[in-house]
Amino acid sequence: MNKVVKNAEEAIRDIADNMTIALGGFGLCGIPEKCIEALVKKDVKGLTCISNNAGVDDFGLGMLLQKKQIRKMVSSYVGENAEFERQMLSGELEVDLIPQGTLATRLLAGGYGMPAIYTPAGVGTEIAEGKEVRKFKFNGMEKEYLLEHAFEPAFSIVKAWKGDSAGNLVYRLTARNFSPLIAMAGKVTIAEVEELVPDGELDPDQIHTPGIFVHRIFEGKDYEKRIEQRTVSPKNA
Amino acid sequence: MLDKHGIARRIAREIKDGMYVNLGIGIPTLVANYIPDGIDVVLQSENGILGMGPFPVEGTEDADLINAGKQTVTLLPGSSIFDSAMSFGMIRAQKVDLTILGAMEVSENGDIANWKIPGKMVKGMGGAMDLVACARNIIVAMQHVNKRGESKLLTECTLPLTGVRCIKKIVTEMAVLEVLPEGSFFLAERAPGVSVDQIREATAGKLKVPDEVPEMTV
Repeated sequence: MNKVVKNAEEAIRDIADNMTIALGGFGLCGIPEKCIEALVKKDVKGLTCISNNAGVDDFGLGMLLQKKQIRKMVSSYVGENAEFERQMLSGELEVDLIPQGTLATRLLAGGYGMPAIYTPAGVGTEIAEGKEVRKFKFNGMEKEYLLEHAFEPAFSIVKAWKGDSAGNLVYRLTARNFSPLIAMAGKVTIAEVEELVPDGELDPDQIHTPGIFVHRIFEGKDYEKRIEQRTVSPKNA
Repeated sequence: MLDKHGIARRIAREIKDGMYVNLGIGIPTLVANYIPDGIDVVLQSENGILGMGPFPVEGTEDADLINAGKQTVTLLPGSSIFDSAMSFGMIRAQKVDLTILGAMEVSENGDIANWKIPGKMVKGMGGAMDLVACARNIIVAMQHVNKRGESKLLTECTLPLTGVRCIKKIVTEMAVLEVLPEGSFFLAERAPGVSVDQIREATAGKLKVPDEVPEMTV
């Protein structure tokens, strides 16, 4: 089975206006740089983007925001982005802020074929408004939980370190973050990888995302992998 | 009166050998610098690390290795990497023993507000709502009063809540306080050079003061 496509343009060819897409990454770590560039070039509009963060002004999802291609962001934290703030305050951009664990688990539920989950995060706060609350005795205590629905993005886009033509993926360090969950949740999942290796080279025991979840894969060139907060220790500490 | 390093040093003494600990952004991050020798703890970062180490030596930064504050970090021997769902799984299931985080307000019944100021840009709650709703032990590191001199230890929070009835211990520049189950702050320790009256003055919520309030050792 060969899922390899030529490049990002081919991989995202049928992402159209007003679709819901999910994108991997935490801050700028592990974001699908090449597909984001291709979406900017294609100029699709009205996107709903499910992604933990919204990039910075000139990189990551910030590039889609600059061109007003995003109608709604679904994220847990959206700091570090002036254009985002402007669009949000002016009402041009709809924003759905949800707890990070809830975001991860709603994606997981989508990928695992479950319609909803119960979580204690946000009970008694404004994010619980209008949601079903149910008490469970669990882990030795009775507590309230919120019902939260699974995400079912039309397209999921992730970036991995290595992949093969069967779509198997291996992520590197904390660039993994949301990507395995997002890869599983998509109706169509696109993976861009730093290195596309020959079949048989990846150790089956070490695969993070099995190929069944990945529909298209390509090798990206010249990754920038920008660092958002460069923090270092002194040399002789 | 403690500075932020003093608050971090006092909180570090709450950490016991063998604990898995999640540190929030700001003062909580500083706690890692003051963990006493001989105490073996594993730091969890909710973007997917157990066994997080210090910042990398200049020139060895890796864009693929960051903490939840998006800062470049390192891994210690015995560390592991996992996805975000598993990360919040270990938080929700209380495998993580202790969470240390900052707050804008805490109420006398243990409610916490730390994610949103109405009318100001809302950046989001990140993992804070999951952490406070799930953690067995939460210590709040905060200033006792805000920049206008108003108490941040209140009868009821005025800001939108992050979690309800979840905070049990607070360390400020003036005091260590415990939240009692019936709904009041118990003054457990005072900072060097701070009087009980000063703490009373700076605490808007109900404050229970024992006959003897020991001065904290930091």
